[in-house]
Amino acid sequence: MSVPYAKLPMWVEYGLIPLINLVVAFLVAGLVVLIVGESPLKAATLLVQGAFGYGEGLGFTLYYATNFIFTGLAVAVAFHCGLFNIGGEGQAYIGGLGVAVACLMLDGIFPWFLTFPFAVLAAALFGAAWAFIPGYLQAKRGSHVVITTIMFNFIASSLMVYMLVEVLKPLGSMAPQTRTFLDGGQLPRLDWLLSIFGLDIGGAPFNLSFIVALVAAFLVWLLIWRTRLGYEIRTMGASPSAARYAGIKDARIIIITMLISGGLAGMMALNPIMGDQHRLQLDFVTGAGFVGIAVALMGRSHPVGIIPAAVLFGMLYQGGAEISFEMPQISRDMITIIQGLVILFAGALEHMFRPAITAFFATLGGSGKTSEVTAAGE
Amino acid sequence: MSEFAIELKGIDKSFGAVHANRNINLAVHRGTIHGIIGENGAGKSTLMSILYGFYQADRGEIFVNGEKLVIRDPNVAIASGIGMVHQHFMLVDNFTVLENVMLGAEENAILNRGIVNARAELKRLEDEYALEVDPDAVIEELPVGLQQRVEILKALYRGAEILILDEPTGVLTPAEADHLFRILEQLRDQGKTIILITHKLREIMAITDEVSVMRRGEMVATRKTSETNVEELAELMVGRRVLLRVEKGEANPQGVKLSVEGLTVRDNRGVVMVDNVSLDVRAGEIVGIAGVAGNGQSELLQAITGIRHAESGKILLNGEPINGSGGADPQELRKRGLAHVPEDRHHMGLVLSFEENENAILGYHYDENYLAGPMLNLDSIRKSAGESVEKYDIRPPDVRLKTANFSGGNQQKIVLAREMERDPVVLVIGQPTRGVDVGAIEFIHKRIIEMRDAGKAVLLVSVELDEIRALSDRILVMFAGRVVGERTPEATEGELGLLMAGVEEEQEAAQ
Repeated sequence: MSVPYAKLPMWVEYGLIPLINLVVAFLVAGLVVLIVGESPLKAATLLVQGAFGYGEGLGFTLYYATNFIFTGLAVAVAFHCGLFNIGGEGQAYIGGLGVAVACLMLDGIFPWFLTFPFAVLAAALFGAAWAFIPGYLQAKRGSHVVITTIMFNFIASSLMVYMLVEVLKPLGSMAPQTRTFLDGGQLPRLDWLLSIFGLDIGGAPFNLSFIVALVAAFLVWLLIWRTRLGYEIRTMGASPSAARYAGIKDARIIIITMLISGGLAGMMALNPIMGDQHRLQLDFVTGAGFVGIAVALMGRSHPVGIIPAAVLFGMLYQGGAEISFEMPQISRDMITIIQGLVILFAGALEHMFRPAITAFFATLGGSGKTSEVTAAGE
Repeated sequence: MSEFAIELKGIDKSFGAVHANRNINLAVHRGTIHGIIGENGAGKSTLMSILYGFYQADRGEIFVNGEKLVIRDPNVAIASGIGMVHQHFMLVDNFTVLENVMLGAEENAILNRGIVNARAELKRLEDEYALEVDPDAVIEELPVGLQQRVEILKALYRGAEILILDEPTGVLTPAEADHLFRILEQLRDQGKTIILITHKLREIMAITDEVSVMRRGEMVATRKTSETNVEELAELMVGRRVLLRVEKGEANPQGVKLSVEGLTVRDNRGVVMVDNVSLDVRAGEIVGIAGVAGNGQSELLQAITGIRHAESGKILLNGEPINGSGGADPQELRKRGLAHVPEDRHHMGLVLSFEENENAILGYHYDENYLAGPMLNLDSIRKSAGESVEKYDIRPPDVRLKTANFSGGNQQKIVLAREMERDPVVLVIGQPTRGVDVGAIEFIHKRIIEMRDAGKAVLLVSVELDEIRALSDRILVMFAGRVVGERTPEATEGELGLLMAGVEEEQEAAQ
């Protein structure tokens, strides 16, 4: 007999427990800072101030968060189908190729808002195409998607070096990158959005992709919980044998899910390429594909959880940069350790405090409900 | 020494908000067979897990032979002479009997001396309790009854004086169960104390000296078996009077709706599980398939319902062939009127993490009534789920509740409502009442008979022989993938039991 978890109030399930996990992660991180010989309090202040304290910091935080929303959604959609797509990194990288191709072809002809739909489409298509092969191999050949997607990250990396050095680099340039896009390939910044709150965005690359990410989050919610396809995806993920019983075609659902997942990962490329750098460079994804896994875990694969989780990791990126700048003792690697602790406590150990909290609420809740739930123990 | 082998006082255990055991008192006399009976979820397994040290009680005391013990883990239980035979055997399939018996009691890291000692000890135990089994046989090659014997030997090898058996007859043929009971009686006569956990009233009456009844986490009564009867125990278990037999009129069979011809099916390992089976089910009759679990019934059901590919043979639904060897599509079959209540509701019939209403459309989610374009029509889904909840008295009546939070009986009703309410031509049902409480069994049996009387062709597979006999109009017995006999429901249990054990009629005559 498995030990059942009693039902907790929503605010405990989705508010209190993640919060406790987060606090513990920061307490342990604080210890690490203490060992290095710096003040944890000062570090924490720097982190929060650096990320939220002024317009430019907030702009950077949200810019990073945009990347993580896309990759987090990509991982979450696959999770719902029981697939662990850890190829977001490669899919986003190839998605960047799509954005670049669209922008390079159209930036001289169209204004940005006409180029933009093509860039979105190309990003999604290229990302989806990169996820298709692992999806197909999983569905038809049973090759595990974890293995194939991680292999495809390496292949993407090599392919992009080739593309940039041999194909896309303008003649005579020394740097492995495309030419800078013209105005028709540049997304507007969202400085007006922050100026509503009286904040000055400064040099932060916070741009229109953020809005696209929010729309994508809403569409993912709609897909997963409100469509027949989402129903089939969730059935596959929760119980492949029930899906077979229900006549759901597993190969088809696996491939479609991987296409959607890869498409979302690919769209992440819009933010740095069309929104910030305005050219395609080597290694522009910088780990966002992997952070997406943590974001999806922490956000419980639900868009409403993914957005704040993405902002949290955006904060760690931006505030972390600030800390390492102000406190030379604390290097970039230390920041990575802190991020690792958050992932550890919020993702891997998310059930650590649950039994105690459940017991606490059970004693508060009285015995009225218990008899009804007894039967659920089976 | 105390007259009691085991005494539990005021045992209380909660899992979160679930109160699995409440203030349980239990005293087991030494040298007796003591039955513990109760519905699924009554708390029997939890109580025994506390006694065996898998869980710690929140409150209460445990006395073994009059001595107060804190049983922190199974090692303490074993050291104080408690042995447990689990419902699902804890054996290493590709080890020999001897290796399994020694496992965890190897004496030291180098096995050679331990093996010699263990072999001698095993021999002594086998002789003393007449539990013959070849010590060098590999477990996976032994029949289930013998595997169980190995479990008992394992416990005895560790010096068990008190044996706990958890639902031991679930996987046995009636003959094997009788054999087990003789072994238990013999163990008792040699002074061992035996606790038998079961939900089968007949076994309690047949073998126990005393019986304790649990209901909803409480111990409601303890009786001397000779001073009670089946009706009283059933009432104690459920808390109200129960009809143990279903009322059923004459069948009025019409034309053949489901026809299977020469069907052969292999399982995932490539073993032939269904071997050239032919059968017909007519409208308005219930055909029951009896057999010990694992004799091909599951694969037969899966082939008929399009979940598993058949190797050869034909299946006709309503006179039209289903796409047999190429693999039929379960969705297509549903549209053609084949409803399927699967054997395993946890893995097939339901997605436990889904809300009730989401499960109420599983397999029928393509139905236009539930869709608006590519979107789900939640209003219509929840409305129709609400109607089923009312009609089938599914409790609690909350279509938004997670399915895992329903009891076994109510989960099964969710599946039945889904499959029966769509006016199928053929209804295929596997294990309709497995893990279902007595009260719900009554309801489910009535529904199945109503389906028959409404002119549906019903194919029923169950490992509960009583259920097959109570519901079927014709009984087919499966053994080793073949249909070895057809009987009327009037056939005696002994007759069916012999067929289920694969004893051919010639041998029967020779005896």
